[in-house]
Amino acid sequence: MSDPSATPSVPDQSVVKRLARDDVERKKFLRMAGKTMGAGVAASGLAAFIAACGGSSSSSGTPATPSTGTGTTAATGGGDLGIVNYALTLEYLEAQFYDKVIASGLFSGSTLATLKTFRAEEHQHVQALAKVAGSLGQAAAQPKGKFPIKNAAQVTKLAATVENVGAAAYLGQAPNIKSPQILAAALAIHTVEARHAATLNTALKLSPTPDGAFGKPMTMAQVLAIVKPFIAS
Amino acid sequence: MERSNLADSDIGAVEVHGMTRASFILRGAVATGATLGAGAVAPYVSNAFAASGGGDVDILNFALTLEYLETNFYTVKAKSVNLSGEAKALAAMFGDEEAQHVAALTKAVQASGGTPAKQPSFTFPATDQASFLKLAYTLENVGVGAYNGAGPSLQNKQLLAAAGSIVQVEARHAAAIGLLAGQPVTPDGAFDKPLTKAQVLKAAGPLIKA
Repeated sequence: MSDPSATPSVPDQSVVKRLARDDVERKKFLRMAGKTMGAGVAASGLAAFIAACGGSSSSSGTPATPSTGTGTTAATGGGDLGIVNYALTLEYLEAQFYDKVIASGLFSGSTLATLKTFRAEEHQHVQALAKVAGSLGQAAAQPKGKFPIKNAAQVTKLAATVENVGAAAYLGQAPNIKSPQILAAALAIHTVEARHAATLNTALKLSPTPDGAFGKPMTMAQVLAIVKPFIAS
Repeated sequence: MERSNLADSDIGAVEVHGMTRASFILRGAVATGATLGAGAVAPYVSNAFAASGGGDVDILNFALTLEYLETNFYTVKAKSVNLSGEAKALAAMFGDEEAQHVAALTKAVQASGGTPAKQPSFTFPATDQASFLKLAYTLENVGVGAYNGAGPSLQNKQLLAAAGSIVQVEARHAAAIGLLAGQPVTPDGAFDKPLTKAQVLKAAGPLIKA
């Protein structure tokens, strides 16, 4: 199934495209379920996070089985869909952050070039995850992020925080993903976030491997606590 | 420490001090093993990995062989090519981290009831810092592709958590080396390409002598 809106730079063999094709039947079922439950508006921002956590910000890393009470939770919040929407929300925030950083005019030369590369990659993550979420049910709506942009040093530090948390978020969810195709996509994105993090750490003269030999995963609750200040709605 | 069945994926997903149980136990296993010996560590590690099948052992041993390769590269080969400055510092740090991967994967194979792959001998075509960094870049990126390619085949989710925590570090290595070597930090762009075992062997096989 060809997709005219697909980004040319995403390779045809990408795991993400295979994934979208394989889930047609599931998508049909979830659309029906969503309609039955009256799911009109996709959860966004904080709501998407909380839905993915099963309605509680203090839950463990495993997303809860979706309740049938709220159409929003069922359509955007359970199982693999919940994880994908959680990742999508984080990617939306990262993409917005880099947009702001580049627009700030604080960077130039090779540093700016690197930030533009990372910005393009986060936007590709958004597109890919939105497509995957849409094939499973309802994609979370774009949140509205708010990021302090003061000076180059502060922004670089914030970028490093964002990327390191992003890597930890993917690592935390990988064991919870049921579909092998979605897992493959998550792994492919996880290591790119790690590359971003290591690059920014190096720019700050920090260790590229702050956790040592083994990356530390973070739970949804831990990630939510860190990113909450950056979500306006 | 409780000896609950960590093969149950719900328990395995529960965080302990911010880490999944698998990575927590791997860390503890590596640290404790160093002071008390493998015997003290084995019961805890075997609980974590008891449920993995033969398929998982093959994947672990494949990863172990790659980790032996990287460790040897950073600790032995590095000494013969006269590294300096940042390259020398990173080789030392990364060599230590790859050695920890060897230790963790060895224990994981044993705990899964398998026999750990033996350390091969290697040959690395690098003569100076520039060629060393170029090869390091290749090896780290192959490592990322290998783990990402094999990950979805792991049946035991605790092993997947451990593999994920390792591949994240390989990706960090790849980027740091890329910065030193003047190579792209994201050579595959937004999505790191998973590699098949055959593709990994094609890249790394020639470096393995026996």
